[in-house]
Amino acid sequence: MSAENATLLKTPFFAQHVALGAKMVPFAGFEMPVQYPSGITSEHNIVRTGCGLFDVSHMGEFKITGPQAMEFVNYVTSNNVAALASGQVHYSGILYENGTFVDDCLVYFRSNDHVMMVVNASNKDKDFAHISTYAGKFDCTLEDISDKIALLALQGPRAQEILARLTDADLDAIKYYHFTDGTVAGVGPMIISRTGYTGEDGFELYHDVKDAITIWDAIMATGQVQAVGLGCRDSLRLEMGMALYGNDIDDTVTPLEANLGWLVKFKKGDFVGKAALEAQKAAGVPRKLVGFTIADKAFPRHGYPVFVNGQPGGKVCSGTVSPSLGLPIGTCYVPTAHAVVGNHVEIDQRGKRVTATITEMPFWKHGSHK
Amino acid sequence: MSSIPADLRYTNSHEYLKPTADPTVVVVGITDYAQGELGDIVYLELPKPGATFGAHDSFGTIEAVKAVSDLYSPVAGEVLEVNPRLDAEPSLINSDPYGDGWMLKLRVAPADVAALMDAQAYEKHLESGGGGQ
Repeated sequence: MSAENATLLKTPFFAQHVALGAKMVPFAGFEMPVQYPSGITSEHNIVRTGCGLFDVSHMGEFKITGPQAMEFVNYVTSNNVAALASGQVHYSGILYENGTFVDDCLVYFRSNDHVMMVVNASNKDKDFAHISTYAGKFDCTLEDISDKIALLALQGPRAQEILARLTDADLDAIKYYHFTDGTVAGVGPMIISRTGYTGEDGFELYHDVKDAITIWDAIMATGQVQAVGLGCRDSLRLEMGMALYGNDIDDTVTPLEANLGWLVKFKKGDFVGKAALEAQKAAGVPRKLVGFTIADKAFPRHGYPVFVNGQPGGKVCSGTVSPSLGLPIGTCYVPTAHAVVGNHVEIDQRGKRVTATITEMPFWKHGSHK
Repeated sequence: MSSIPADLRYTNSHEYLKPTADPTVVVVGITDYAQGELGDIVYLELPKPGATFGAHDSFGTIEAVKAVSDLYSPVAGEVLEVNPRLDAEPSLINSDPYGDGWMLKLRVAPADVAALMDAQAYEKHLESGGGGQ
């Protein structure tokens, strides 16, 4: 083990991953399983057709409590937290004053005085510092609880029938993007959330790290679930056109450019980034994130140069060969006028130009989420 | 531990050469270790019969889910045959790298082949951290 790895953090499931023969890689400061011996394509297909278990304990969780917890989160995120019912979740953006992304996140609403934000591991400290700068204006307490929380994502069309055997929660009562508190494998209570990053039905279990192995062992003991890694997580989310921070969105793009205008609720009141986004909307959004497919054999990869009408036009944001479709797929930014389904761009694949066609997203339209 | 057949010759960059009945003809592919490191292989670009290469020339590329890699010709030679099944079934390289996942048949100088690592030397190369492409 290299000295570099010695500084990496481990999730509570590290020994389980190693015992299963996972290939561990550095990711966001953690040593994470990118794949198990069955391979990324096989793991991808298991999540589309059966049930896979992801360790995503590296994700960051912030607990916001106090009389103005909801108002605070509503101010530092772009979606409208005031519209959430207790037990509801939504996807949102954490923005800079200039309207670009600090991060994307999930917001879990319990009550006006208790909200949780879930953020990308690689951005966690930056996010916490950023939102803390606004906390003084609100009567609330902000706590980074990431180290106390382990997170498993059980994903796939069979997730419910498998989890139902292990929980006291009524899973039928949890709608997509909602959560409840329940036990799993006799431990908890924990947040059981009908969310995920795959396009399939599934549940995310936010639990105390001390319960982590009990839950993992009980799920794996069903014999119906395969551990799956971050490799297939990326191809699953890309097939759904779901953005990945660092690829599709970052601190140089706004939600309006990233096709995430639905995350921006101008009418909800003031929030960080609002003025800049109003100005951009009024002036016209200069570029848009689009999805593309390639008819030839190709493998578009993050960073490959893109050409629009023969002119350099940015880089491939995300790209892969879709395991579900058997087609090269990807995303890139193009000038707004060019962002029309059916238009073409060229991608420089290691010195060879290949033609890509702008396509509607999601690429995969048969997800089981409901 | 990955499989390292005793009767093959190996390169630092994880290609193998397999002898045939004709000492001037070898079968070329990538090792079990290499396919394991690459992960699921999605497609390949391989040369056509008749192409010639110097030692260490790039003869193609291999696109895996995680990364793209160049393939290097271990020795100088001429391509006699390309595995026709790989176009439709590149995963043969993952499932059977030394058998159905072979890539090329090359006409070579036997002395060049003899100069490459044997199985024992390749195993030492892997143990000493010779991983990576």
